[in-house]
Amino acid sequence: MDNAGKTLYDKVFDAHVVRRLSSGQYQLFIGLHMIHEVTSPQAFEMLRDRNLSVPFPGRTVATVDHIVPTEDQSRPYKDDLAEQMMKAIETNCKQFGIRLYQPGSGKQGVVHIVAPEQGLTQPGMTVACGDSHTATHGAFGAIAFGIGTSQVRDVLATQTLSMGRMKVRRIEVDGKLNPGVYAKDVILYILRKLTAKGGVGYAYEFAGSVIEAMSMEERMTVCNMAIEGGARCGYINPDQTTFDYLKGRPEAPSGAAWDKAVEWWKSVASDKDAAYADVVRYQAADIEPTVTWGISPDQAVGVSEGIPTAESFDAAERPNILEAYEYMGVQPGQPIAGTKVDVVFIGSCTNGRISDLREAARVAELHGGKVPAGIKAFVVPGSEIVKKMAEAEGLDKVFLAHGFEWRQAGCSMCLAMNPDKLVGRQISASTSNRNFKGRQGSPSGRTLLLSPAMAAVAALEGKITDVRAVLAKKGA
Amino acid sequence: MSEIKSIKGTAVPVHGNDIDTDRIIPARFLRCVSFDGLGEHAFEDDRLQDKAKGKVHPFDDARFQGANVLVANSNFGCGSSREHAPQAIYRWGVRAIVAVSYSEIFYGNTVAMGLPCVHVSPADAEAIQSIVEANPKAEVVVDLESSTVTAGGKSFPATVPDGPRKQFLTGGWDATSELLRDFGEIEAVARKLPYVNTFA
Repeated sequence: MDNAGKTLYDKVFDAHVVRRLSSGQYQLFIGLHMIHEVTSPQAFEMLRDRNLSVPFPGRTVATVDHIVPTEDQSRPYKDDLAEQMMKAIETNCKQFGIRLYQPGSGKQGVVHIVAPEQGLTQPGMTVACGDSHTATHGAFGAIAFGIGTSQVRDVLATQTLSMGRMKVRRIEVDGKLNPGVYAKDVILYILRKLTAKGGVGYAYEFAGSVIEAMSMEERMTVCNMAIEGGARCGYINPDQTTFDYLKGRPEAPSGAAWDKAVEWWKSVASDKDAAYADVVRYQAADIEPTVTWGISPDQAVGVSEGIPTAESFDAAERPNILEAYEYMGVQPGQPIAGTKVDVVFIGSCTNGRISDLREAARVAELHGGKVPAGIKAFVVPGSEIVKKMAEAEGLDKVFLAHGFEWRQAGCSMCLAMNPDKLVGRQISASTSNRNFKGRQGSPSGRTLLLSPAMAAVAALEGKITDVRAVLAKKGA
Repeated sequence: MSEIKSIKGTAVPVHGNDIDTDRIIPARFLRCVSFDGLGEHAFEDDRLQDKAKGKVHPFDDARFQGANVLVANSNFGCGSSREHAPQAIYRWGVRAIVAVSYSEIFYGNTVAMGLPCVHVSPADAEAIQSIVEANPKAEVVVDLESSTVTAGGKSFPATVPDGPRKQFLTGGWDATSELLRDFGEIEAVARKLPYVNTFA
C-alpha cells in the first residue's frame, strides 16, 4: 500500500463495511434508507413471503411522490392503480413501523427534496433508495445510490446491502460561471463531455472553485444527474456551506451533538493527497446555457450552437445519433435556439427547489411577457415545504400572472406516472433529468432538458431562447 | 437457493447502445404493486413504434419467440433504477443477458433476482447478434463456469465480475440470508457510526 490519502468515498465505504461476503462483495451498512410508493410494494411482499421483519425501522423514511396528482389530490385518486399503490405504502409503513410523510403532512414531496430539507441526509452517511436519482444526496458528502426492489427488500430486512467498491473520478470545474449559466448547465456540460456511459464503474467527486461556490441546492442539481453519466453516485466534499444548510433542520444534530457532528463530518472529506482513478478538469468560462437535443442526457449543446453532426461522434455512437435525429425530427447543423416547444415543465428532483423557482420567477418578471396561447407551462414545487415558501414569497402569483400554472408537490411530468403527460409528438422544455424516448408519458413525446431560467424564457417565447438576452436587455 | 451455472437455449437480439429502462418498461406500467404481468409489456413502446414503421421488434418477431437469452450492446439498462425492467425481461422468458456493458443499478438488480448478465466485446456482441439473426434456432449457451458464450457452435469469451459470478455459481445471488447470517456484526457496525448514535 502507498501512503496516499483517502477519498471521501473510501472513508465512508470503509466505515460502513460489515464484512466481506463469500462472493467477495462487501456487506455495507445503510445509514439512511428512503422509500416511495413505486419501488417498495413488491419489497414488502417479499418480506411477508419470507417472514422477515424490519430491524431498524427508524433508519427508513417513506414519502409518496411519483404517482401523486399535482392538481386534484383528493382521495381516493381517480386512477385506481395509483390509489392501490398509495394504500399499499400506507399499510406497509404502518405494519412495519416506518415514518411516512403523506400529502397534507407538510413534509411530503419528491423523496430527494424531502430528505435534505428535513436534515435527514448528512455527510458521511450511506444513503440508498429505490430510485436512481438518489445520487442527489451525495451533495452532502454522503455515498448515495439508487437500488432496485430486491435490494430495497435487503435493506429493509438487514439494513445492509451486498455491494462492490467503485473507482473514484474527480471532476474539477474552475473559474466563475457567467450570468445565465447555472448548476444545470454545468452538469449537462459534464455529461456531454464524459458521455452517458463514461461513469460506469465510477463514483464522481465534483470539486473545483465553481462547485465550492455553489449553494447546497445547486450542488444537489449537479449530483442528481451523476447517474445520467453512468456514475451510480456523485458527491461533493462537505464544507461550511453544507454545515450552514444543515444547522437547525428538524433531523439534524443540535446542542452539544452539533459540534461533534461537524468535527466528524469534516473528517470524512477527501484528503488533500487522496489518490483518484481519474481526474478531469473543466473551465467555467467554456460553459454556456445548455439544452439537450436528443434522446440521451449527454446529447446536449450550448444554446448558441447547432445540433452536432454524426461525424463529430465516435463511429460506435453514430447509430444512436441517427436514431436521435429521427426520433426528435431534427437535422444536424440546425440551431437549437428557436426550436418551438409545446409544453414547459419546471420542477422535479433536479430543479424543483426554492432557488430554482425563485430564478424562474425572476426571469419571468424580467422578461415581462405571458405564456402564449397554445403553450402549456406549469410549475411543480418539489415539496410541500417548497410550495409553502414559494407562496409566502409570492412566487405563485408571479407565475400565475405570467401565464404559468401553479401545482401541488410531486414528480409530475419528469416521468409522467401521474396525470401530467405529453400528448403525441409534443415537445417539452423540461427542467427534469431525462430526455429518453417516451419518458414524459407519450410514446412519441420529445423532451429538451434545460435550466429553470431557460425553461421560463422558453415558456414566454414559445421556443428555445438564450436567457442571457433577457438578462442583458434588462441589465440584470 | 438455486445455483445458476449455465443457460442453454436460443437468443433474441436487441440492437442499440444506451437502451434505457424507460424503453424496457415505460413508466405507466409501474403503476402496480406486483411484478406479475410485466412480461407482455417489455419494450412495449419500441414494439409499437416499429409496428407503425412496418418493422417488427425482435420481441414481437415470431422467429425469436421462446428465446431465453437476450443479446444487447453497450450500457444496457441505463437510467431509472426500476427493477420492473429486468423483471419484465425475465417474465418475457429471458434467463440470461449477453451485452458489452450494463448500467450498474440494472446489473445489481439482475444479480439480486438471479438473472445472469455476462460481458462480451463490442465485436462479439455484434457477431452473436448476426449469428442468431441468420439462424434464430441456433443454440446459444451462456456458461458461467467456463466464462464463455457459445452461439451456433462458435465460442466467445465472456466475463462476469468475480463477486456476482461466485454468487450465481454457489447460489448466493439471493443475498438476504447471508446478509442476515450474523446480525450481531451489523449491530456492531451501527454502534461505531457516530450518526447512528446521534453523536452522543
